[in-house]
Amino acid sequence: MTNANRNDIRNLSRRRFLQGGAGLTLGFCLPAAAAAPAAGPGKAGEGLAVPGAFTPNAFVRIGTDDTVTVISKHLEMGQGTYTGLATLLAEELDADWKTVAVEGAPADAARYNNLFWGPAQGTGGSTAMANSWEQMRKAGAAARAMLVAAAARRWGVPAAEITVRAGWVSHPASKRNARFGQLAADAAKEAVPAEVTLKDPREFRLIGRRAPRRDSAAKTDGTAMFTLDVRLPGMLVAVVAHPPRFGAKPKSFDAGRARSVKGVVDVVQIPQGVAVLARDTWSAKKGRDALSVTWDEQGAFRRGSEEILAGYRELAKKPGLVAGQAGDADGAFAKAAKLVSATYDFPYLAHAAMEPMNCVVRLAPEGLEVWNGEQMHTGDQHALAGLFGLKPEQVTIHTMYAGGSFGRRASKDADYVLEAAQIVKAIGGKAPVKMVWLREDDMRGGYYRPLFHHALEAALDAEGKLVGWRHRLVGQSILAGSPFESAMVKDGIDVVSVEGAANLPYSIPNLRVELHTPKDVGVPVLWWRSVGSSHTAYSTETFLDEVAAAMGRDPVALRLELLSGHPRHAAVLRVAAEKADWGRPLATAKAGDRRGRGVAVHESFNSFVAEVAEVTVGRDGGIRVDRVVCAVDCGTAINPDNIRSQVEGAVGFALSAALHQAITLTEGRVDQGNFDGFPLLRMGEMPKVEVHILPSEAPPTGIGEPAVPPLAPAVANAISAATGKRLRRMPFDLSSLKA
Amino acid sequence: MIELDINGVRRRLDVEPDTPLLWALRDTLQLTGTKYGCGQALCGACTVHVDGTPVRACSVPVSSVVGRRIATIEAADRGRIGRAVQDAWRRLDVVQCGYCQSGQIMSAIALLARIRKPTDADIDGAMAGNLCRCATYQRIRAAIHEAARALG
Ligand code: FES
Ligand code: FES
Repeated sequence: MTNANRNDIRNLSRRRFLQGGAGLTLGFCLPAAAAAPAAGPGKAGEGLAVPGAFTPNAFVRIGTDDTVTVISKHLEMGQGTYTGLATLLAEELDADWKTVAVEGAPADAARYNNLFWGPAQGTGGSTAMANSWEQMRKAGAAARAMLVAAAARRWGVPAAEITVRAGWVSHPASKRNARFGQLAADAAKEAVPAEVTLKDPREFRLIGRRAPRRDSAAKTDGTAMFTLDVRLPGMLVAVVAHPPRFGAKPKSFDAGRARSVKGVVDVVQIPQGVAVLARDTWSAKKGRDALSVTWDEQGAFRRGSEEILAGYRELAKKPGLVAGQAGDADGAFAKAAKLVSATYDFPYLAHAAMEPMNCVVRLAPEGLEVWNGEQMHTGDQHALAGLFGLKPEQVTIHTMYAGGSFGRRASKDADYVLEAAQIVKAIGGKAPVKMVWLREDDMRGGYYRPLFHHALEAALDAEGKLVGWRHRLVGQSILAGSPFESAMVKDGIDVVSVEGAANLPYSIPNLRVELHTPKDVGVPVLWWRSVGSSHTAYSTETFLDEVAAAMGRDPVALRLELLSGHPRHAAVLRVAAEKADWGRPLATAKAGDRRGRGVAVHESFNSFVAEVAEVTVGRDGGIRVDRVVCAVDCGTAINPDNIRSQVEGAVGFALSAALHQAITLTEGRVDQGNFDGFPLLRMGEMPKVEVHILPSEAPPTGIGEPAVPPLAPAVANAISAATGKRLRRMPFDLSSLKA
Repeated sequence: MIELDINGVRRRLDVEPDTPLLWALRDTLQLTGTKYGCGQALCGACTVHVDGTPVRACSVPVSSVVGRRIATIEAADRGRIGRAVQDAWRRLDVVQCGYCQSGQIMSAIALLARIRKPTDADIDGAMAGNLCRCATYQRIRAAIHEAARALG
């Protein structure tokens, strides 16, 4: 294939994109050398930089060795996106799954934008499969059509007589066959089809079946490359001394002792702190330990988390901005025969991804090169370009595997990426830099799930019917000051502060949801797996349980009655209840133990999840979650095994928070620094998780987050069933459960 | 200069004696399969074998492992147990982000070397020091049982 041909295809693709085609950009290219580069993360733009070799096109590349390389515009951070996106494309391509590899896309919003986010590229809100559902299948179907056209031309037979299956193109009538690789060169010369027809779902061979993860091998033999594993020639490792309080800055520093540490090369001040650069991580850490910094704390935030909470409790006594209402809530409460009320406290939470935040940056004459578990390509690219006065396209981002994120890497202000770049800038770009946050930097670095306080009230009428619901929330806005603010903060209401509360699915005739958004709290906050639903599901679903108890109703029966207008909620609730033998007595516990079953149902990211938890509470108040039965409706199940895996993980993640986790502040300083103060769930605490996926032909929706919200309320409701005690503060105070 | 026996090969390293084995492996020898998670022996991401016993490489200075046999994830497939464990992990698609999994696998191999048919309680005990933020514990447990079955 000539360069001219290749450019034609690329330009054609770009044109089609601009015309509003659903991203039908693809192409075939031949390697100049026979060997295909191993796919995997961190390959961004490499083909483009090597003329005559591979030219990565938007979503797929087929090598003469039959390797089908799928380009993923979304980050693989554990949620299975690489496998999911490849499944969609390979399905319509009729590829052989064993030959499919996946590669992270470079930052290029023109080709790789999140179709739900307009012109921005990024991963979040459980949108990867949903926004790519048609795009990736069409890319696969178009590639298949070009292979078929090439075979038809080569064999002189009508395209309609050609079949494709598992990486083979065949003309059964003349018994001719060719592998994808043998047709790649010719297929590249075929026109990109204007229209493609997608398969009838009944013909699916990969979607809805088990397509093993594409990253399992590399993640079990140590070869998977995370950002922390990147090493460039001449690279220095930077460890940064950060201020002890949010809003403080370095005033002066004495680097004498730090510079005398063997391996330390340089010590530089950056806006966020003081960076020690060394030949290796350990020397950089020792250098930082030897550094003494004086901080300018004029703008520092000095309150503790208990003070913040006390302020929120006061605020909750006053009316807030109305985030949702129906009927006449105050009228209903004025006439109520019975009232139920409760308040709830939620702490700050760290994401604590297993790979602490880190980033590699190199300044070259052509521009900036960055290696990162990149979740916000466009935002980070623009921020980095701004720092160096470059054009965004001069910033190349290599997307590495991410050792978890849970929202942390979807930075709204490029925080840690920019910090790495600031260090490179401070040394005049003289060496590539890997900035490493040690665990303590990561945990004390802010961008937490915001601390929230909720107050709920319910009104029952004389017949004992639920006629009124008032819910007041107090907490910092995540979206304020973010690029999404204009789109997602409406009339002062940050939609993610009230999601799951303002859109309560239960038919209650009179309802009002109000929000207070304090602006004087200087703790940086960010989305944390399931965002607003991480607290709203807890308060609404445990409070509804209290209301059911006050009404003398069964929690499942009451929910089903109130969900008459929400069939998908009701369906998952029914399945979870049935599979968990709801209503049948639990097996008896050993003497002194108390057992209970609890339920919760919640919609988030357009997926519906119900969970039933079975819990044993010991005499000492210690609890064990024995079993969690989950029912999930996330539309078409692209990869059922990955859905199960995400739900299992979400249960463990949510249980970690419910049982163990809080980030607290004392006079503005974060109290926790490592996993001793911020424990994660351990093997022995993991419940047995059962996942039931509801059959659906609806388009796929998210699954990375939606199983998190129902877990904690289901467990709390089970504890309450066992002990009669209501837990209204997270993490749970188990001492209150002593027999 | 410090001489270490790593995956059966003698390696000479120019590092300070107090350097944790973890950073010598990762930064000096580019054996990056062993991960950093906490630096305080709290998470298990850095688990390697020293004379067959699982240890947290972040909390062991290189000076203390001179003359001992050190094995990392990069050599996990050299033994029958290691291969059975990796196989089971892949068959069950245990991994999510994957960052903790080198450490999980090294702990699982050491467990199966000690106890051929571990019970759930054995697994809870042996794996208690290996945290997984993605909470892949259910599949880790299943994969250990599966590997034990495959080993017969
Ligand atoms: S890094 Fe060694 S135990 Fe966490
Ligand atoms: S797989 Fe992500 S931390 Fe274990």
